[in-house]
Amino acid sequence: MTRRIIIVGGGVAGTMVANRLAKSMENEVYNGELEIVLIGDTGKHIYQPGFLFMAFNEGFLEQFAREEKYLLHPKVNFVMDAARHIDVDRKRVITGKQSFDYDFLVIATGSYPDMESVPGLAAGGHTFYTPEGAERLRYEMLNFQGGTLLVTIDVPHKCPVAPLEFIFMADDYYREAGIRNKVQLKYTYPIGRVHSLEPVAKWAVKEFEKRGIEYETFFNLEKVDPEKRIAYNMDGSEHPYDLLIAIPAHRGARVIQDSGLGDEDGFIPTDRYSLKMEGQDCVYVIGDATDLPVSKAGSTAHYEADVVVRNLISELKGLPATHRYNGKAFCFIETGLNEATYITFNYKQPPQPVPPSEMLHWFKLSYNEMYWLSARGIL
Amino acid sequence: MSEVNITKTIDARGSYCPGPLMELVKAIKRGQIGDVYELLSSDNGSAKDVPEWVNKMGHELVYCREDGDFWRIAVKKTK
Ligand SMILES: Cc1cc2nc3c(=O)[nH]c(=O)nc-3n(C[C@H](O)[C@H](O)[C@H](O)COP(=O)(O)OP(=O)(O)OC[C@H]3O[C@@H](n4cnc5c(N)ncnc54)[C@H](O)[C@@H]3O)c2cc1C
Repeated sequence: MTRRIIIVGGGVAGTMVANRLAKSMENEVYNGELEIVLIGDTGKHIYQPGFLFMAFNEGFLEQFAREEKYLLHPKVNFVMDAARHIDVDRKRVITGKQSFDYDFLVIATGSYPDMESVPGLAAGGHTFYTPEGAERLRYEMLNFQGGTLLVTIDVPHKCPVAPLEFIFMADDYYREAGIRNKVQLKYTYPIGRVHSLEPVAKWAVKEFEKRGIEYETFFNLEKVDPEKRIAYNMDGSEHPYDLLIAIPAHRGARVIQDSGLGDEDGFIPTDRYSLKMEGQDCVYVIGDATDLPVSKAGSTAHYEADVVVRNLISELKGLPATHRYNGKAFCFIETGLNEATYITFNYKQPPQPVPPSEMLHWFKLSYNEMYWLSARGIL
Repeated sequence: MSEVNITKTIDARGSYCPGPLMELVKAIKRGQIGDVYELLSSDNGSAKDVPEWVNKMGHELVYCREDGDFWRIAVKKTK
């Protein structure tokens, strides 16, 4: 009898799980004992860090996109259709055209930045967190002649270092354009320092001061007046802007909310070690889709994929799922044009800063290409 | 101590990034006036960070106490 694993979502997490599983269970997939179905709502696989480069007119979407079907192992059955309903009681996923029963399900539907999360934001602000947003921002950045560029950040959001990278790149960009003296850069952050990780916050503040970037802590955007161009903080203070760039609160995918599987933001209650959906023995959740208090990042998805694949293999072989996720995350941080550092931590180990080096900068640059090997399950 | 009705407990133990306070901010922003959120944090910094944020943003600290090797901090959304 053929057993079927369904993976919903063909982003970082879903693609890695599908490919690694197919490779590890090659005999079973070739002799028909195991079917791996990946349901994805788009044929294009996009490397999201590329959005940053698009906003600064340093690249176009095509450079950061590949055809999903060519990234996948030939024995992964790729269904290009949005999942409309996930029924965990009947162990079934329903798309626009078909219905699939599963033995095991992996939910990897990611998260999306919700510009509707704050009144007035969609009309008054921009974001580089979506391909359309980054494309629109490219023109705004190119045409900006001066004034206040305000960056606001809400929780939860993916890639906790991208907003910092953005403001440093903006500084370089307007210096190069020769109008930095007309551009006031203002960075804000919800809590009492400029980044949740203390070593990163300390480094960033020094950098802000060196570069003349203003910053405001305890900033929690509550409302935007698009006509007057004012951003309102939770404490009642008003912040005028000329160009507002927001990293808004993210939500889990709509299908999660529509299927009643998530919390109020559409994130799925997940066991922090086993990565199983709470109360569901045959459902794993991975990547941005979980409600875990870990960074929403590609690296997190990568480490989680390891655990989910090993547990699936165990379970398919009739063994218990004993592999545990230890909360590991890893992030490169560009500390200038020619140097980078990284930070890594897990549930037990706080991050320790590592001295920046040129080699790490080159390693980060090469990862932009190596990513495609990771997605294929090779790296 | 009087009974507090907790709307939701947020287990942010072992969280470094985004970290316990950011988890609380998320809940407060999403919640209703009068809701009480209890944060569990294994980061000693939370005992200082959270009350400071609550004070700045004008919400109410219900309690902040150590419970074995972690902190229990409850905050009421007041506006
Ligand atoms: C500007 C930017 C910079 C970033 N930089 C970094 C970085 O430097 N390092 C890092 O580690 N991370 C970075 N990230 C974060 C990283 O891209 C995400 O955390 C990662 O993609 C999460 O993987 P995922 O598989 O959970 O979700 P995604 O990769 O977003 O994939 C989810 C997939 O599910 C699909 N889907 C959703 N709903 C349905 C449905 N109903 N049916 C079928 N399919 C569905 C979506 O179309 C998508 O393909 C960055 C993100 C951004 C936006």
